[in-house]
Amino acid sequence: MCLAIPHRVIALKGPNRALALAGPVEVEIRTDLVPHIKEGDMVLVHAGFAIERLLEEETGELEKLWEEIRELAGP
Amino acid sequence: MQAHRPGDPRKRVELLSKALSELADPPIKVMEVCGTHTVSIFRQGLRTLLPAKISLVSGPGCPVCVTSQGEIDAALSLASREDTTIATYGDMLRVPGTGTTLAEERSRGADVRVITSADEALSLAMNDRTRSVVFLAVGFETTAPATASVVLDAWREGLDNFMVLDLHKSVPPALGALASDPDVNLDAFLLPGHVSVITGLATYRFLPERFGIACAVAGFEAEGIMMALVEVARQIRMKRPRVASLYSRAVRPQGNVAARNVMDRVFTLGDAPWRGLGVIPSSGFFLRKEFARFDAVERLGVAVKETPPPVGCRCGEVLKGLIDPPFCDLFGRSCTPAHPVGPCMVSTEGSCAAYYRFQKRGYLDWKD
Ligand code: SF4
Repeated sequence: MCLAIPHRVIALKGPNRALALAGPVEVEIRTDLVPHIKEGDMVLVHAGFAIERLLEEETGELEKLWEEIRELAGP
Repeated sequence: MQAHRPGDPRKRVELLSKALSELADPPIKVMEVCGTHTVSIFRQGLRTLLPAKISLVSGPGCPVCVTSQGEIDAALSLASREDTTIATYGDMLRVPGTGTTLAEERSRGADVRVITSADEALSLAMNDRTRSVVFLAVGFETTAPATASVVLDAWREGLDNFMVLDLHKSVPPALGALASDPDVNLDAFLLPGHVSVITGLATYRFLPERFGIACAVAGFEAEGIMMALVEVARQIRMKRPRVASLYSRAVRPQGNVAARNVMDRVFTLGDAPWRGLGVIPSSGFFLRKEFARFDAVERLGVAVKETPPPVGCRCGEVLKGLIDPPFCDLFGRSCTPAHPVGPCMVSTEGSCAAYYRFQKRGYLDWKD
């Protein structure tokens, strides 16, 4: 039930609503929980509400971890 | 990253599995907390890739499954009211209460509407002010901020026909209860991705600090889950348990502060009953006094009583990771997704339902 799906914001509609695309499907979402949302943002949507902005790439930790995995698992 | 991380996804998962068998010595017991992880692990066949030294058990991460029998019965008691519409997420429809379900009540004429957003529940109340609408609010930190937002809307609008049966629960206290239970005996948690989007990381720090339990927030792809397993195995090996995040695309270390502010405005924490885990202190989000007129418990006098679970159902032990579902005598016999006995067989994220579906499709490797 905690599943959240990435959506692309395509148009803001008033102070706390926006139109967003999940794949080809256009839906209206609430944006109360993600301040300063902009058109073009990728957001995670859960139960009709955007809950966070998604970054395009993972950061930091993963890179270091891969370095170790390579050492452990060999070439 | 490119230098160390192979381009081919299959090769990556293979390497992760290899690294895991190097690291998991002595054997470790890891709990995946989130129901979405449980399903993802099955769907991607990850159990077959895990070295035997890693035992992966499912936890209390399906909101419908941890809803106590008394809470389900309280929800059902509302369905018999003539002037009341019940708005519920679909997962709750078929959960067996004592003697009936919301789906059965609906077929007998009760006005039960399935909604996918708290916003739709509010619209039902705005569009027909002659009926009372009670929103069955289940879910963890991921879901509770939406409920808080619509309660604030109803308050601003001065709506008097909208109420919430508020069954929202908080995940970190439940993890504390599991961590301090000697029967459960865990080495690590895979922390839930979308709950952590809201809570951030600091709230879990007591787990490594007080209980020595390794923690990693995991995303939902095969690679993300395997990475998180490698991370906890590595923490255990180095004897340096901490809270790591392997899902930084979505999870900020401080969590979603705006969402938590909305929750703080509307809810206060109180003791709440969990199926299988008993009453856990400060684990339920309750409406503040100021919003009592939106509280179905206050307004309609619904009571959440202590009620025994269905006879023979071992959901409680399943939710604590003490048994795998097939060890329940009813599993696949009198309890199936078509005729569920307990909530763990109803919700698609319930462990019993996940085992049932994926066992049928041959995704399980039996270790014993
Ligand atoms: S198989 Fe059915 S009866 Fe057994 S624990 Fe799971 S839900 Fe309960």
